[in-house]
Amino acid sequence: MSFWTDPIAIIENLISGWLAGLGMGEGWITFILAFLGAAVYALVVMLFVVLLIWVERKILGRFQDRLGPNRIGPWGIFQTIADMLKIFTKEYITPNGVDKVPYNLAPMLAVAGVLAVWAVIPLGATIFGANLNVGVLYVVAIGALGELGIILAGWSSRNKYATLGGFRAVALLVSYEVPLVVTLLIPVLFSGSMGMNDIVFAQKSMWYIVLAPVAALIFLITSIAENGRAPFDLTEADSEIVAGFNVEYSGLKFGMYYVADFMHTFTIAFLFATLWLGGWLGPWAEKYPMLGIFYTTFKAWFIYFTILWLRGSLPRFRIDQMINLNWKVLTPLALVMLMLTAVVNHLIPAGMLVVRILALLALNGALLFVTGKLLDRFAGQTKRVVVALEPRPVARPEPVATESGTGV
Amino acid sequence: MTALQIIFLFVAAVTLASAVMVVSARRMMHAALWLVLSLAGVAVIFALLDAGFFTVVQVLVYIGAIAILIIFAIMLTRKAMEDVGPQLNRGWWLAALAAVGVFAGLAVVLVSWPGVNASAGAGPDANLIVTFGKDLVDPHKFVMPFEVASVMLLAALIGAIYVSVEHKGGQK
Repeated sequence: MSFWTDPIAIIENLISGWLAGLGMGEGWITFILAFLGAAVYALVVMLFVVLLIWVERKILGRFQDRLGPNRIGPWGIFQTIADMLKIFTKEYITPNGVDKVPYNLAPMLAVAGVLAVWAVIPLGATIFGANLNVGVLYVVAIGALGELGIILAGWSSRNKYATLGGFRAVALLVSYEVPLVVTLLIPVLFSGSMGMNDIVFAQKSMWYIVLAPVAALIFLITSIAENGRAPFDLTEADSEIVAGFNVEYSGLKFGMYYVADFMHTFTIAFLFATLWLGGWLGPWAEKYPMLGIFYTTFKAWFIYFTILWLRGSLPRFRIDQMINLNWKVLTPLALVMLMLTAVVNHLIPAGMLVVRILALLALNGALLFVTGKLLDRFAGQTKRVVVALEPRPVARPEPVATESGTGV
Repeated sequence: MTALQIIFLFVAAVTLASAVMVVSARRMMHAALWLVLSLAGVAVIFALLDAGFFTVVQVLVYIGAIAILIIFAIMLTRKAMEDVGPQLNRGWWLAALAAVGVFAGLAVVLVSWPGVNASAGAGPDANLIVTFGKDLVDPHKFVMPFEVASVMLLAALIGAIYVSVEHKGGQK
């Protein structure tokens, strides 16, 4: 083991040796090391967001046929740093009548809820915060903190747009959590463990996206919804409710929501890579854990780009469409998926890998086909709500001359 | 005193103090938030006991579901900000009696339990969850309470749907 293959273990040994030299008890050394590790890890993730914001703005710019940030530094890469410095100097405005403690607590909860997920995401064979044996449940549980942050912001701002945004957020987050949790059970089912690192190890024979593509898709959709970004950005739809729950926040407090949002997207990408794309697995990743960071990040960037692509391409859902999609399509599909996958997975022994993959793929295909047929069948039956009054005469788009009999 | 003991004392103090604040806060919303803190404190105590599963379930069920439900109910039913009322009503002595009774009962049970002075187990054991899961569906152990709880939850679900659905024919 040299410095370049596993630097984190070496640094850890160095510090613990130094602290032991100072005559500290073992409990204190563990405590200080854990504290330092958490602080450094969180800091690195937060600083990474600075780069992410630039990436997102640049890519979204290209999607929309613009240049994106292009003034400060090469390709505008330092734009975010300038924005960050500006936001530090801004005034905190606390409107009259807000409930002070929840108002100030909410942005912190929003950031903490995202940051805490990183504790269980394995970046390499030996590089992870904690391989909790309940890692998957932990991710779901800690997501509740972020929800709490949004609800509190909506409630404590004492602003009707903020409250509306808060209500929408609860409807969105609480409903999409159901299919999300159900699909999270599928990697648990395959690997027989809830620990994130164990799930990655279990994907050595085959990535789970091959075994359960439909579940992976549902996971991606629901986690974008949990993030509350386009096409699920009705919690902060600026054309309807100004900016939703964060309308009364200014300065760095708004910045925290901003950071939490970008970080959440990236966290989702890492979670997806870990659960479905084999995490840090790759050539020589076990021998050189540092390579694992590269592989995970590479896979995560791929998903991140997909999420940006969706954001740049799709219009916003209406709230009834959002609720219908969740409760009438995704939740039943996820439940049926989980039950059938459990049966198929149990019937075919793990040794017959090719048969297992083919059977599961066939199951997924059949489920998609049936879902499509059912959706087609019911699509004609739903009543379209007509918002307009009776038809009015409008200007015709085509020139009148072409409507003459001769066609000239 | 080890680091662990200091953390435990701190967390226990925070849990108890916020539990007191739950019943003494003047605003409903603040009481709900104190409840969240108190439940989080219990989760940390589970974590200190190396019971990872219970920590996460505590956060998932109590903070993630129940507390958010309570907060949502307060947001929907009360006047959002001006909700400041008297802290006691006529039945306060009944509640106090029940609280003292429960506390005394728990204290008696815990003191008479032989394991009360034993220290926590030998550390995290991955098989604990497996044992726990198997015991839950073992007919000789906990499958009965487990299923009774599920039936109760199902009844609550159906009841909620019945209450919230619009009854046809105008009878209400």
